Amino acid sequence: MAKALARRAHGPRPSARLRRALGSRTALVVLLVALLFGLWLLAGAQGVTGQRLLSLAVRGVMLGGVLALGAIGLTLIFGVLRIPNFAHGDLMTWGAYLALFGLTLLPAGPPLAPFSFGAELLVLLVLVVPLVGFTGYLLDRLVFRRLRARRAPSVILAMAALGGAFLLRSVIYLGWGADFRNYYTGRPRPAVELFAGIRVRPDQLFILGLALLFIFLVYLLLERTKMGKAMRATADNADLARITGIDTEGVIRWTWLIGGGLAGAGGVMYALDTQLRPEMGWWLMLPLFASVILGTIGNAYGALVGALVIGLVWQMSTAFLNPAYGPGVAFVVLILVLLFRPQGIFGKPGGA
Amino acid sequence: MGDATLAKSLLLALPLWFLAARTLPARLPWLARALLGAAAGWAVALVVTLVLPPGQMAYLVSFAIVGSIYAVLALGLNVQWGYTGLFNIGIAAFFAIGAFTSALVTTRMPTGAAAAFSQQAFGLGAPFLAGVLAAGVAAGVLALLVGGPTLRLREDYLAIATIGIAELVRLVFQNERWLANGPQPLRGIPQPLACLVRDPGCSWLPAPVAALFDPLAPRDYPYVYLAIATLFVIVVYLVLERAIRSPWGRVLRAVREDEAAAAMVGKDVARVRLQAFVVGAVIMGFGGALYAHYMIAIDYTHFDALYATFLVWVMLMLGGSGNNRGAILGAFALWGVWTGAAFLVDLARPLLAAISSDLPARGPYLRLLFIALLMLFILLYRPKGLIGEERFVSRDSQGRDG
Repeated sequence: MAKALARRAHGPRPSARLRRALGSRTALVVLLVALLFGLWLLAGAQGVTGQRLLSLAVRGVMLGGVLALGAIGLTLIFGVLRIPNFAHGDLMTWGAYLALFGLTLLPAGPPLAPFSFGAELLVLLVLVVPLVGFTGYLLDRLVFRRLRARRAPSVILAMAALGGAFLLRSVIYLGWGADFRNYYTGRPRPAVELFAGIRVRPDQLFILGLALLFIFLVYLLLERTKMGKAMRATADNADLARITGIDTEGVIRWTWLIGGGLAGAGGVMYALDTQLRPEMGWWLMLPLFASVILGTIGNAYGALVGALVIGLVWQMSTAFLNPAYGPGVAFVVLILVLLFRPQGIFGKPGGA
Repeated sequence: MGDATLAKSLLLALPLWFLAARTLPARLPWLARALLGAAAGWAVALVVTLVLPPGQMAYLVSFAIVGSIYAVLALGLNVQWGYTGLFNIGIAAFFAIGAFTSALVTTRMPTGAAAAFSQQAFGLGAPFLAGVLAAGVAAGVLALLVGGPTLRLREDYLAIATIGIAELVRLVFQNERWLANGPQPLRGIPQPLACLVRDPGCSWLPAPVAALFDPLAPRDYPYVYLAIATLFVIVVYLVLERAIRSPWGRVLRAVREDEAAAAMVGKDVARVRLQAFVVGAVIMGFGGALYAHYMIAIDYTHFDALYATFLVWVMLMLGGSGNNRGAILGAFALWGVWTGAAFLVDLARPLLAAISSDLPARGPYLRLLFIALLMLFILLYRPKGLIGEERFVSRDSQGRDG
């Protein structure tokens, strides 16, 4: 007892001080930069050329953009509604398959060179966003709202989300089976040289551009509209938002519409870059949650930063690791963040 | 009555004996309950073996084996979720690592021609029980690694980390050929007590007992395995019932109900959580070992989120979280629904074909749709499941509901 008091007089113990230093924002950023640098060194040691690494970095940013579309919605739903939405990945899958369904209805136009897809996919993208957003809202109306009314704890909401995920996936299985699909089967997708020997596929540049466009729209919405402000306020402190008279039900509705819509767009883009599988969204859950936690739950810009980091680390690791382990690398980042700074880059000290 | 019937009914009588002894009124002396239970159990087993045609009997036995394996998983989850409130959605990780560990410990390294197309990191050729123990240890160590950094944080983080570890374990067993034959199945996992159904018989058994099992043919092996699997369920159940009624069990529920209060009376909440998480994972590892020795050949596809995680969750919720009997009941009931729904889907085939030519082949996914709806239904309308949580204060107390 006396010893403890003496310690208090001299400030925190050295170990506690070390812990606090390790848990600072700077330390986390340094850690992430060191991780990226380590990946670079490892790849270099294995004789991977700088050009290939740069190409991977460009691909990583592209993947980060797609992940960000999922992660922004996930973090808003997490922050505003306190739902760890385990159905988010399957909402992305749902969007991807809705577009596939649309392709069978619309006449296929010629590919918009240099891209591999026709104008019909752009039309579908515009349709899929509200449809998936509405799916998310429907899920909320049918399931989450009732649980909220009962003041169910966050874990029960998580479990309901898990049920929703498998519900969505069963519908996808029933509609399209378990096989791999492509939007345009057999259409060549050659990579072109961008500059300085960096090779990417034109589709990937399109995806990156579109992801940036969506992110810009989200930025406008969050910063320039009243609803956006209300959403940020609710995500930041739900109780405070409610007592200041914010229309919580409206906020919830828009959170689902926007979060779901972004997930749908992300799903279509991810499927355009790779291929469609009923499990594709489920396998994205880990990188998505890693992005969200890295960028602090409820912080949309944090989710963007987190997604870019995860996308970069994922792609760069493929220079020397089996590409299948990409999501596993996201897991390593997640554990590092949880160990040192569980509240994420933008979190307040002592949060989480 | 054929001799094989006698041996089969004796093997079947084991779980029935336990069931019967448990349902007899508690005021009878335990010896009377044991004897009466044995008699009743054996009588039922005998009637069932005599009456049912062999085909249906074989189906029933394999159903009960898989049901028992799921019951072990559900009991493990019950320690984590039912009693402690830990949200683990990576059951597949602990199940898979248990299965592969036991397989590696009990098989021998492939030699000769087999070595050319089958690789594994090691093969000790150890006995079944050593494999089961190793499976529990491996799953427990994995749980320590996952739980350590996440259990002291808010509860959702554990769920996210367990999704991650399930993915990672699946990826490793899919891609690392040297470890457990990569994407190809790991074959030749030994069947415990297989000597009972083989011709020279088990040399270590006394002659009269060995003679009893002599009429069993190798195709009757599932009967032997059913006895082993149900014995596992019984042992895990009894140990857990004891543990849950101990002071440790009370602390678990205290942590689940009110973390702050538990911490205030001096309980190390993070430590208790980690203990419960590891204990549950060890039981899931046992379940994995049971699965591996039943399947004989396993690969990574067996451990996907649907079969190895989602079904177990719905089982526990259906039976009743926080109740070990509920966990077992839920496992058998849901496995019954799942297999029974396969028949229904078969019946509905013409209807499905009328809707779309693709649908009949995808009929099995109707079951998934149904189970997902069932889970949401339970969450919304009957959160306590079929029998709900068992409320008690402690073994010796007659007090009011806790």
